[in-house]
Amino acid sequence: MSIDHDTPTPGMADSTEVVSQVEHDDLYAHEISDKNYIVIALILAVLTALEVAATEVDGLGSFLIPALLIMMAIKFFIVVSYFMHLKHDAALFKFGFYIGLAGAVVLYSVMLTTFHFFID
Amino acid sequence: MSDTTVEPSATPEPDVVVPAGYDDGQDHIGLPHHTTTGLSNTKLAMWLFLGSECLLFGGLISTYMLYRNRQGDAIGPDQLWDIPFTSATSFILLMSSLTMVLAVSAAKRKDERGTRLWLTVTALLGGLFLAGQVYEFTVFYREGLGYTTSLFSSSFYTLTGFHGVHVAVGIIMLLSLVGMLAKGRILGDKAETVEMVGLYWHFVDVVWIVIFTLVYLIPA
Repeated sequence: MSIDHDTPTPGMADSTEVVSQVEHDDLYAHEISDKNYIVIALILAVLTALEVAATEVDGLGSFLIPALLIMMAIKFFIVVSYFMHLKHDAALFKFGFYIGLAGAVVLYSVMLTTFHFFID
Repeated sequence: MSDTTVEPSATPEPDVVVPAGYDDGQDHIGLPHHTTTGLSNTKLAMWLFLGSECLLFGGLISTYMLYRNRQGDAIGPDQLWDIPFTSATSFILLMSSLTMVLAVSAAKRKDERGTRLWLTVTALLGGLFLAGQVYEFTVFYREGLGYTTSLFSSSFYTLTGFHGVHVAVGIIMLLSLVGMLAKGRILGDKAETVEMVGLYWHFVDVVWIVIFTLVYLIPA
């Protein structure tokens, strides 16, 4: 997905702040335009429609659940990455969120396995 | 002792706009300050909070997954779900994420009127989603699915109810923000404040993406 970027270039006169300027420009380089937010929302809407359609299609059999889980994961990461801007945000923010998410996935996978959820 | 003149500390250029979430080197009344990370503490706290919310909803979703077939002779999910209706409410919540991100975008452009407009639209869409959930709960209750009817019903109402409470809190936050922006009661970085509420709102949407698939779409 190609994304247009709004790249305002605010001035910064002090030459001692060159590093800050570079970081600053880099951050602005990842600003997404309103038009692209609408495109992303349309992609999410299409994925939701595909999810619902998949449940109505006979013959997907054992592929249905993996297909639904993949589409769910794509929607999840699109919202987190672009609407919440985590893709281009500071590593510490990513760590703060993904450590919670990964912890939840591992913890509750172990819990569900303990209760034989994946076997029955 | 010689007279020494103390140079005033350098202040950031007034035309420099720092993106929301990054330390602008000033506190909310304009005095210089620094965080040890160089990042906004508020935004870091919000991301840590959302990380901890993953654990909360993970527990509720896992409990539902364990109990979703435990309805005994009582009414079960296959007899209850109205997928077209729930798909419509899911779509509404998804679109509220778009209006929320447009509000953040407007706030970064310092377009206060646009920010208030998109925040209000987001709150209205959230209210519509919540109304749909209340309607759905009412239908389920009339069809015989009370909170204590079965393990399935308890875990279902707890999970979706917790999510609904999060949506309600989000709507209160959005409307409060609109009011505070209108009265000029937000000191400091307005764009960051809007972005913080936005992060919470998007998280509520992300949780519903998971609930919609695992609870409603995957057959029991």
